[in-house]
Amino acid sequence: MPWNREQIAARAAKELKDGFYVNLGIGIPTLVANMLPDGLSIQLHSENGMLGMGPFPYEGEEDADLINAGKETITKVPTTSFFDSALSFGMMRGGHINISILGGLQVSEKGDLANWTIPGKMVKGMGGAMDLVAGVPRIVVVMEHEAKGESRLVKECTLPLTGKQVVDLVITDLAVFEVDPNQTPSLRLIELAPDVTLEEVRQKTAANYVEALS
Amino acid sequence: MANKVYKESALALADLLQDNMTIISGGFGICGIPDSLLAAIEQSGVTGLTIVTNNPGLDGMGVGRLVNTRQIKKLIASYAGENATFAKQYLAGEVELEYCPQGTLVERIRAGGSGVPAFYTPTGVGTQVAEDKETRVFDGREYLLERGIFGDLAVIHAWKGDTEGNLIYRMTARNFNPVMATAAKVTVAEVEYLVEPGEIDPEHIITPGIFVKRIVEVAKPHKHIEKRTVRPRA
Repeated sequence: MPWNREQIAARAAKELKDGFYVNLGIGIPTLVANMLPDGLSIQLHSENGMLGMGPFPYEGEEDADLINAGKETITKVPTTSFFDSALSFGMMRGGHINISILGGLQVSEKGDLANWTIPGKMVKGMGGAMDLVAGVPRIVVVMEHEAKGESRLVKECTLPLTGKQVVDLVITDLAVFEVDPNQTPSLRLIELAPDVTLEEVRQKTAANYVEALS
Repeated sequence: MANKVYKESALALADLLQDNMTIISGGFGICGIPDSLLAAIEQSGVTGLTIVTNNPGLDGMGVGRLVNTRQIKKLIASYAGENATFAKQYLAGEVELEYCPQGTLVERIRAGGSGVPAFYTPTGVGTQVAEDKETRVFDGREYLLERGIFGDLAVIHAWKGDTEGNLIYRMTARNFNPVMATAAKVTVAEVEYLVEPGEIDPEHIITPGIFVKRIVEVAKPHKHIEKRTVRPRA
């Protein structure tokens, strides 16, 4: 069975280590907040100016002045700090955040990421995504393997890029790939979701990759 | 004696507003937005505005007010989702949109406010953001040259301010506001509580009064929540 959204998030949560400062994108990445490994000290960063994000508030305790980057109401924790947007992006661009888990529309076999717009169709924007991929040392992309029958792991991104050669790990509903720029091809299949076959991944992946299951 | 305090948002902005000016507006989504000042700009009817803000609020809320009335000529923002009216106008070619990555946007404003005309950043290299921009390699990595932003007017929201214009903010309603306060010919702040000098501990002041030319108290503003998310009580 391929992984569902929660299982993709749970697999991504395994990338988090003790002491990490972590930025989570919107969509599947947000689910990772509920799956932090027990016993580890992990601080969640929110680009709108907060480190140390707590869970959703109890009903009746929502505060319009306390939201995350997805504009959802959240809570403080004892380690929380607040700061302005310039300092927040300094943390990201300056390499102080350890890891970011982001959604994706396309990832190329070289590790290029497209995740901010579909021209003529979707008026959204890059928000903080371009800054994250430029500054955070480890970028994990979580996404469905296909969109409407088309592979999202591609030879070259056809959608506008968020960043070039920025992705380190891709987790889809079918498999996990790492990107190693020192190897050709750079994309390496390292893990399959339960009962997913190599053949199924071959059929549904447009990018060139090496099978490197351990 | 110099007085920074105005009784109403409309009075605080009356002689400042002009067609075709550049206005920088604080807030993230609809959190920490200067909604009373934006309502006064809406009611003034000025048009042809260039608005610099993270995102154009919601339909009719925040900068969204100026979208509905078509007072905006150009928007400089990192994100333009969640506002269907803006999306429609943009896709129809009725309003200009300059996408600017959020960290680049806030750094451009910080630079503009602190006398730095341009700076190099790694953000956006190899993307459409890099088109027509100078690049330079430092230590083997490519960077883009980005220009500072300095507006004609900045409108911001703070939690508490004194009559000198010293400001403090509340939680994530801080966001762009302190940075934007530094980056315009005139900065007007709306505050939820106006107090006398000395009532805010100087150690806690985030925006020093030098950046704030005018201040208006907007008591008990009605704050909307964009996405109400809660958890059940155990």
